[in-house]
Amino acid sequence: MTTVEEQGTSLWRDAWIKLCKNYLALFGLAIILLLCLVSLLTPWIAPYGYEEQNLMLGATSPSAAHWLGTDIFGRDMLTRIMYGGRVSLTVGFIATAVALVIGVLWGAIAGFVGGRVDAVMMRIVDIMYALPFMIFIVLLMVVFGRNILLLFLAIGAVEWLTMARIVRGQVMNLRKQEFVEAAYSLGLSQWTIIHRHIIPNTLGPVIVYTTLTIPSVMLLEAFLSFLGLGIQPPQSSWGLLINYGVETMEEYPWLLIFPGITLSLTLFALNFLGDGLRDALDPRTSKDQ
Amino acid sequence: MLRFAFYRLLQAIPVLLIVISLTFLLVHSAPGGPFSADKAVPPEVIKALEAQYNLDQPLWQQYVSYLGDIVQGDFGPSFKYPGRNVSELIAAGLPATAELAFYAMLVALVIGVSAGVAAAMRPNTAQDYIPMSAAMIGICMPSFLLGPLLVLIFGIHLEWLPVSGWGDMPGDKILPAITLGTGYAAYIARLSRGGMLEVLSQDYIRTARAKGLSEPLVIAKHALRGGLIPVVAFLGPAFAGLLGGSFVVETIFQIPGLGRFYVQAAFNRDYTMILGTTVFFATLIIVFNLLSDMLAIWLNPKLRQQARGES
Repeated sequence: MTTVEEQGTSLWRDAWIKLCKNYLALFGLAIILLLCLVSLLTPWIAPYGYEEQNLMLGATSPSAAHWLGTDIFGRDMLTRIMYGGRVSLTVGFIATAVALVIGVLWGAIAGFVGGRVDAVMMRIVDIMYALPFMIFIVLLMVVFGRNILLLFLAIGAVEWLTMARIVRGQVMNLRKQEFVEAAYSLGLSQWTIIHRHIIPNTLGPVIVYTTLTIPSVMLLEAFLSFLGLGIQPPQSSWGLLINYGVETMEEYPWLLIFPGITLSLTLFALNFLGDGLRDALDPRTSKDQ
Repeated sequence: MLRFAFYRLLQAIPVLLIVISLTFLLVHSAPGGPFSADKAVPPEVIKALEAQYNLDQPLWQQYVSYLGDIVQGDFGPSFKYPGRNVSELIAAGLPATAELAFYAMLVALVIGVSAGVAAAMRPNTAQDYIPMSAAMIGICMPSFLLGPLLVLIFGIHLEWLPVSGWGDMPGDKILPAITLGTGYAAYIARLSRGGMLEVLSQDYIRTARAKGLSEPLVIAKHALRGGLIPVVAFLGPAFAGLLGGSFVVETIFQIPGLGRFYVQAAFNRDYTMILGTTVFFATLIIVFNLLSDMLAIWLNPKLRQQARGES
């Protein structure tokens, strides 16, 4: 007689299967991976040099030699967008990483220690929520000169608040669950409980929210660069390219449209991926649908 | 309710103090004084200027006297526009910004709520997917991209609407309002869809339907009030976002409002102007957060009881 063993599927396998059924999210994932790959390889695969000017050529509309046209200095738009993407994506990822580290640590400590520490820490988050951060970032950029490192930190410092709230809620919730109590009564050490039970169960919401933080960070960077308060030339980012595009959009609309499409498509992809991950990783909607 | 409002107002005071102190410190620790110019200015002139603006006093004294002035609504003189007060400049820019924010909010609420409610009435049909996909596009299309594109299409190619200005030509307020409002319309559509879906599955809605009320009446009389609570709670943060968005929209459309003043002050390093406007914005945002919270509580009987118990 053969025994049929019930194969348990883990949350992660479930999530992956669900994600694979969500074509929009997969499409988003594909675009993000492609963009990251292109950005990494830009110095080798860009069709022209970043500084390469061709003043004789001037602004030309898209052609076989310049797929996305050239700007008024005859610089290849595709190359500029690729190099700009490196900056935009780097800002997006690094600032999100800053927010992730601060937010997760803050929320986890508040949720795990609880009591008065939790009350004080969450009060601080509440107060910071009420501050007009968009204005503070503009202020910071003015005061400290437009330093790209500072841009990462400033944006990261804004975006960690929601992450802290989510992690705290999740940790508080988990501490009251029966399986954690069971682990305690079995005599497991605090550390074992944290890394066997708390961390894996908090990971889902953290991943989802991280995916959704990246687009909002990139948007903030583009916003600042558009106002001329973010990335400074000779570096460029998508926000800065859009800013230049606006100046000349009457004569050369492609200088606005191509960076605009690139930025929107990226935000689109990240948002769809984030939504898809939320559907896939939310334990309340897994399995039973 | 009144006690709750009072309690929340008391909480707002330390927040405001933190904002003022932080901004003050930041601005005063900035490298390069407000009078550092391209031309060499004789040191006596700089001394005289610093004395005129009390910059020769110790920092804490400046801070205390600044706080005293703010309480009286005086934000001090502008560094870059001699002879003009920051308060005057704020008063000059506020009407345009307030009007723009109002129209943008109107656009956002009308489009957002109707799209969200329509989607919630027939979930998972075309009536749901089409507005919600449009909302996603609205969220991913930042105002600094949407604005120029609208100008390009409706202003330059079709020549239907003026491309810039504020109140100079008929219809020149349409494009800025749409540019600023669209992103919020998208968020509001998603929020009101979620809120309505939740409310429509409640027992009292079934009761209303069982009474034989027509679907539009069920929505208008029973569901909207509960379903729009998330939208109302979003209005406070949305307002803060509108102020930030006004920086961009006023710059694109050359509207003489507070947002454009703020960006210009940031470029000119007009420190008193930055300081004053930041404090002013912060106060506004805190007040609007308070108002939207109170409105949300007033709409939701469950929360109303909680607020009463808390205070």
